[in-house]
Amino acid sequence: MDEQTVTRLSVLADKVRLDTLKTLKNMGYGHLGGSFSIAELLAVLYGKQMRIRPQEPQWANRDRLVLSKGHAGPGLYAMLANMGYFDKTMLATLNEGGTNLPSHPDRLKTPGVDATTGSLGQGTSVAAGIATGLRLDKKDNYVYLICGDGELNEGQCWEAFQYLAHFKLNNCIVIIDDNKKQLDGLTVDIMNPFDFQKKMEAFGFYTLKVKGDDIRGIDAAIEELKSVKDQAVCLVLDSIKGQGVPYFETLNDNHSVKFNNDEINQAAEETIVALEKSIKEREQVNV
Amino acid sequence: MFKQIETAELGKELRMVVVDTIKELMDENKRVIALDADLGSASGWTTLEGTNKERFFNMGIAEANMVGVAAGLSLTNYIPFIHTFGPFATRRVFDQMFISGGYAGNTINVYGSDPGFAAGPNGGTHTTWEDVALMRMVPNATICDAADEVQMEWIIRTFSHLQGVHYVRGNRKAVHKVYAPGSTFELGKGNLLQEGNDILLVAAGQLVYETLQLAKQLVQEGYSVAVIDMFTIKPLDKELLLAQSKDKKLIITIENHSINGGLGSAVAETLAENGYGIPLQRIGVNERFGQVGTPDFLQAEFGLTTDKIYEQVQPNLANLN
Repeated sequence: MDEQTVTRLSVLADKVRLDTLKTLKNMGYGHLGGSFSIAELLAVLYGKQMRIRPQEPQWANRDRLVLSKGHAGPGLYAMLANMGYFDKTMLATLNEGGTNLPSHPDRLKTPGVDATTGSLGQGTSVAAGIATGLRLDKKDNYVYLICGDGELNEGQCWEAFQYLAHFKLNNCIVIIDDNKKQLDGLTVDIMNPFDFQKKMEAFGFYTLKVKGDDIRGIDAAIEELKSVKDQAVCLVLDSIKGQGVPYFETLNDNHSVKFNNDEINQAAEETIVALEKSIKEREQVNV
Repeated sequence: MFKQIETAELGKELRMVVVDTIKELMDENKRVIALDADLGSASGWTTLEGTNKERFFNMGIAEANMVGVAAGLSLTNYIPFIHTFGPFATRRVFDQMFISGGYAGNTINVYGSDPGFAAGPNGGTHTTWEDVALMRMVPNATICDAADEVQMEWIIRTFSHLQGVHYVRGNRKAVHKVYAPGSTFELGKGNLLQEGNDILLVAAGQLVYETLQLAKQLVQEGYSVAVIDMFTIKPLDKELLLAQSKDKKLIITIENHSINGGLGSAVAETLAENGYGIPLQRIGVNERFGQVGTPDFLQAEFGLTTDKIYEQVQPNLANLN
């Protein structure tokens, strides 16, 4: 990947952070940590890997994305808005009564959302079903399934993984966002997941692991997974909850952040200014 | 149009009716797909593998995943039919059916087999008298209880043409015939099988046969009895129910289900909401879990044979005179 593409994608990732942060700060609360941890991943997928037509969200030949960790909806919405699926002004309606941007993704409401998720675990099976349908139709499209590490507490995920591995559905690229935290604390304390890579390998998956903010690494891993024949595939994203902004990375309770005191509001303001400046600078260099 | 059949003979096994119908549908439409959760040999669904191997999936003992995969198949414009025993098709996967199915606007056609006493020797763990109640809570879901083989075939065929969550319950084994071959029905419409002025019997599923036997007995005793087969429990045919209830002295609902949340509840709600203060008796299972035994034993044990139903309605009949 050339330097220009890396810059373009890193800008896209920061735009996801910027728009997510603006949206959540405006609302006063929201799922920041898990939206930030997949910002680079979403940038690589939407900015390079996925076959999509944002102006035609239901295009039959599109790749699909299932955000099974549905609470990262704000991050996905920020990405979809940046890709042009809908106007950015819509982001400000997040969670409002009657909005098309509910807290968790709803395919019937939001252009670009391929599957309704949020009841954790269920997106894994839905993605497996989409992969099955695409395979039966002999289509070469991919389904990108993004699971949370906490989400994998749910037994249904492992039912779906067994199914994907058994039927060798390598057109479903399973991505585990291993950001090490769930709502109540560290995953290792709540329900130790042990080693996801080993677990997935034991389940029959060809598995790679890459740093969550490594754009080149994520892209190369997806390319490698796409070359795997006759085996289900998985990418473990070694990420950080709140990734990309030191203040939010170290904030203890960063699953759903409440913008309710001076310190956090000031940090958000400073982050917004810094991201805007940095995005502008990189975009100017990258022209 | 439907036509009744007068015979004491049992029909074809309902599981094979379901399988044969799906087999035909798979041949007719390449988008029809069948999933079973390791009960293929108990349901006959493994035979689907023969003609359409690539569109039959044994999902293993993983019902939640089966429902989710069906939802994903619906998102790629396939028409999924899924099977497992009634309790596992509803209770066990309620949130999956509700969210990945109903809420997400996907199509899932479900055959929940061996409801209620049909669970037989599998015992209380495999018994559901709650499936209809649960599925009634899924907005816009369709719920049918098949009276016999002719109706079961018609229901499966009809589901294949519609979008949404559709649930049909039915014995795996053979049940008594009620309808003549070639009978057709209308989803959401009850079938008025017999007209009468004193008592209205409203039944569904394989107890429609017992209800007709009960009606005969009551007619012999001098009562004028109307019978409705309310095979679509949701949406309920309120129009027919209210029209037939109007001048009755007693209404009795009969179902192989809990009296809480099933046909009896749906009928009671409709009557009450429309100001019909007519005595209503709900025959069904009342605050009990299932237990083990042959289906015949269980049907009697839970008061659902013609004789046992007759015993239960006796006190209310006495009040009519």
